[in-house]
Amino acid sequence: METIAIPAINFAAIMPETILSLVAMVLLLVNVFVPTEKKAYLGYLSLIGIIVTFVTVVNGWNAPIELQSAFSGSVLQDKFSLFFKGIFLVSAALSILITDQYMEREGCNQGELYPLILFATAGMMLMASGTDLMTIFLGLEVLSVALYVLAGFNRGNAKSNEAGLKYFLLGAFSTGFLLYGMALTYGATGTTKIAKIAEFVSLNPTYTHNPIFVVGMLLMAVGFSFKIAAAPFHMWTPDVYEGAPTPMTAFMSVGPKAAGFAAFLRVFLIALPAFRPEWSSLLWILAVLTMTVGNVTALYQQNIKRMLAYSSIAHAGYVLVGFVAGNAVGTAGIMFYMLSYAFMNIGAFAIIVLVGRKGEENNNVSDYTGFGFKHPVLGLAMSIFLFSLAGIPPAAGFIGKFYIFSGAIQEGYIWLAIIGVLNSAVSVYYYLRIMVFMYMKDPVEEFDWLKVTPSIAVCLLLAVAGVLIPGIFPAYILEFAQKAVFF
Amino acid sequence: MNETILSLMTFLPLVGVLLLFFMPKNSHDLLRGLALGVTILTFLVSLPLVTGFQTNADFQFVKNVPWISAGPFQMNYHVGIDGISLWLVILTTFIMPLAVLSTWTAVEEKVKEYMICLLLLEVGMLGAFISLDLFLFYIFWELMLIPMYFIIGIWGGKQKIYAAIKFFIYTMAGSVLMLVALIALYFLGVKAGMHTFSIINLYTLNIDPAIQTWLFLAFALSFAIKVPLFPVHTWLPLAHTEAPTAGSVILAAILLKMGTYGYVRFAMPLFPDAAARFTPLIATLAVIGIIYAALVAMVQEDVKKLVAYSSVAHLGFVMLGIFALNQQGVAGGMLQMLNHGVSTGALFLIVGFIYERRHTRLISDFGGLSKQMPIFATIFMIVTLSSIGLPGTNGFVGEFLVLLGAFESNLRWYAVVASSGVILSAVYMLWMFQRVMFGELDNPKNQKLKDLNAREIAIMVPLVALIFIMGVYPTPFLDKMAPAIDKVIQQGKTKHVAAATMPQAPLAPEANEVPAPPITIK
Repeated sequence: METIAIPAINFAAIMPETILSLVAMVLLLVNVFVPTEKKAYLGYLSLIGIIVTFVTVVNGWNAPIELQSAFSGSVLQDKFSLFFKGIFLVSAALSILITDQYMEREGCNQGELYPLILFATAGMMLMASGTDLMTIFLGLEVLSVALYVLAGFNRGNAKSNEAGLKYFLLGAFSTGFLLYGMALTYGATGTTKIAKIAEFVSLNPTYTHNPIFVVGMLLMAVGFSFKIAAAPFHMWTPDVYEGAPTPMTAFMSVGPKAAGFAAFLRVFLIALPAFRPEWSSLLWILAVLTMTVGNVTALYQQNIKRMLAYSSIAHAGYVLVGFVAGNAVGTAGIMFYMLSYAFMNIGAFAIIVLVGRKGEENNNVSDYTGFGFKHPVLGLAMSIFLFSLAGIPPAAGFIGKFYIFSGAIQEGYIWLAIIGVLNSAVSVYYYLRIMVFMYMKDPVEEFDWLKVTPSIAVCLLLAVAGVLIPGIFPAYILEFAQKAVFF
Repeated sequence: MNETILSLMTFLPLVGVLLLFFMPKNSHDLLRGLALGVTILTFLVSLPLVTGFQTNADFQFVKNVPWISAGPFQMNYHVGIDGISLWLVILTTFIMPLAVLSTWTAVEEKVKEYMICLLLLEVGMLGAFISLDLFLFYIFWELMLIPMYFIIGIWGGKQKIYAAIKFFIYTMAGSVLMLVALIALYFLGVKAGMHTFSIINLYTLNIDPAIQTWLFLAFALSFAIKVPLFPVHTWLPLAHTEAPTAGSVILAAILLKMGTYGYVRFAMPLFPDAAARFTPLIATLAVIGIIYAALVAMVQEDVKKLVAYSSVAHLGFVMLGIFALNQQGVAGGMLQMLNHGVSTGALFLIVGFIYERRHTRLISDFGGLSKQMPIFATIFMIVTLSSIGLPGTNGFVGEFLVLLGAFESNLRWYAVVASSGVILSAVYMLWMFQRVMFGELDNPKNQKLKDLNAREIAIMVPLVALIFIMGVYPTPFLDKMAPAIDKVIQQGKTKHVAAATMPQAPLAPEANEVPAPPITIK
């Protein structure tokens, strides 16, 4: 009788995911006993879970054994995935901090929200550490299903329902592309392991002309592009971001995007380096399109959430520039950028949560008239986030862009860098427009409904620190990012 | 002490910002007093720079500490001054207290925020003038934009928002291209074995003339927008007209100098071949700017706009002098930068004084003011003459040297055309002066105007004094600049020769350095 060897289970490799999922499940149970008006406590509990997970991530980083591979090499906890896990945890924590006030206002403070966020985060982590196409897909599904629910979480609001449904339909559609691409790749190479695919291609160099393989790669690129909302696969983003509950928009715009990039990077840079010339010219076009479409469309948005949705498309475009460069500087730049993006974008969304009123009201740019002088500290924070998003020193957003464009220039993609920086000059217009309303027009409102709860204050403090400190002294985090680059 | 003095001076206003942050919002005089105190203190701190300055071509008061080392990058906090930046630094610290003083009654709303913006702006400007590390320079260069944007946009006139955004986007568009160029320059340096943004090292780099062209164009465009050179000057008249008085003063006196300073410090010594190649183009644009701006100034109905266009014309002279690339030309250009700071700054202050009294700047609303305001008339006359460049005032020395330098260089015919700009400037300035100050005092509103008060006189006296000092005895200023200017000229010429004799000038990467991938344009 044939025996099936059970692969050694190395829990160290999936420690963060495990803890996070366990906490989520426990919270689901606890939720039953928590009365509706106290659901915020679940948020605090989930924050504790996140902190504990973060500690394991840090431990993993400092562990003597650098690479923790498990489940016959379908997950790999390396510094690359650990760095991204840090980003996911930061974005989850910041989003949770701004959630309770919003949910109470909108009357949808259901306790399931927090476990869903944790599950989504666990899914993202699996995507970042997956070294098998199947693991990546699993992670993606865990993430996506949780996100579909989160996008439609504000049940009473038609737009939120629309967002949930739209996200679900288009997400399922794009997942189909991705899965089909993976299947074709498997058909062509006979394996779903990323390292094995690379090995196969290097042994059979002529295989790069195999149509099945090429189509497989293209379909995977399309699938990932959907997830990171790269133009022309970005159509779902504005509606979903506008309709989803604001804290969830903040969450969706950062974490899942970073996770998409993590998987995208790993698959393309490790499994498909043989196609480098092909996919880098494909991504070149995608990057230019994404930046330009995002920025130009953002110029005439009135709804601030929609504007930031387009801005997040543009930011995906900048990150793609780093991807095209595909060198150490560019990849480190991507990681640094995603981390700073977590701080600056969620920070901006925290302000949107504060200024917004029940029923997703007060989300237009013109509703910010006079805000900066009525609430100088919040105004200052918002300005810092916006300047950082626009890439103006001394904010972290600038250093990130600097690094990404440096990577491109180092590889000789001068024109891509020029298009990129010009795009960031265009983006200045719409970020400044918010500030025009905040500071340069006379106030019409008193903004007296605005209530800064301690959790939002903590979120804002962290976000401002996360924008300014790495902006002025970036070396520390850049060093981490450099170490996390996997080649 | 020598090492820290520049940093102390630069970040002193930042301390002021922090103090202001915790001051009560409504005690306006306290806020103003604090800002004034900080700017005066900054000026005093900057004075030892003049007394301790050794008249040679070296960078002095240098402080160089590593700041960011990550991956292939090494950014340093590297600051220092030479004869070129010395006077611009002093000009900045000198103008700032006057600018603060000028807003005493002009700005009544949001005083705290205004003072914070002014002080932040000072940090940015001083930092940009003293940076010897390109990355550091870029940070300060961008940092200046933010407070100026708010100064125009919040405290400006009717079209303030449009003006503020135009100012920001124009400058930003130029500077992001410079960012690309400076990264590319860095990697060129890496190829030659040095990991540094320090211009002292980058000066020694021999760059392929074809690449120089692109890099120079990127830097030059960014600086040209700031100068502003025709045809990218359109943001300036708007920004000047809409900005509050202090904003206009700082914009004219210091911010525009960033552009011309950028040429002297970065664009020309770093890319001498390209600079030489583009000299005719830039000189042409400068001369067009001189004539065009003068003609446009002549037909302005708004005094402030007139002064703004005169700024464009004056900066054209500066550019012409710099690109003459000889001792007289560059010295004249540098001196003219200071002169323009003093006299145009003073002109904007004067416009501010009458605007505060009458809330109009239209020339047709005035007439005969000299009868009502004799002190004002005297000062205005002196400043006007200085702006025209009458001998005995500072404007004359600068313009004369510029034209002399240009005439002796290849730019002879440009100089000839530019000289007509001198006449034109006399036409529009004197004509404006005549319409505002002389004639019948027929407008009843003007008949009750009060003459300058003590504070206003206190602002103008130092400026008027400087106009005469620099006009009669410019030697101390020129002497301190001269070695540094010689160095700039030499750098331009020797590198030019070196590049001409060996066109490719390949640089062998040092053995222990990992050569970076080549930079090609895809």
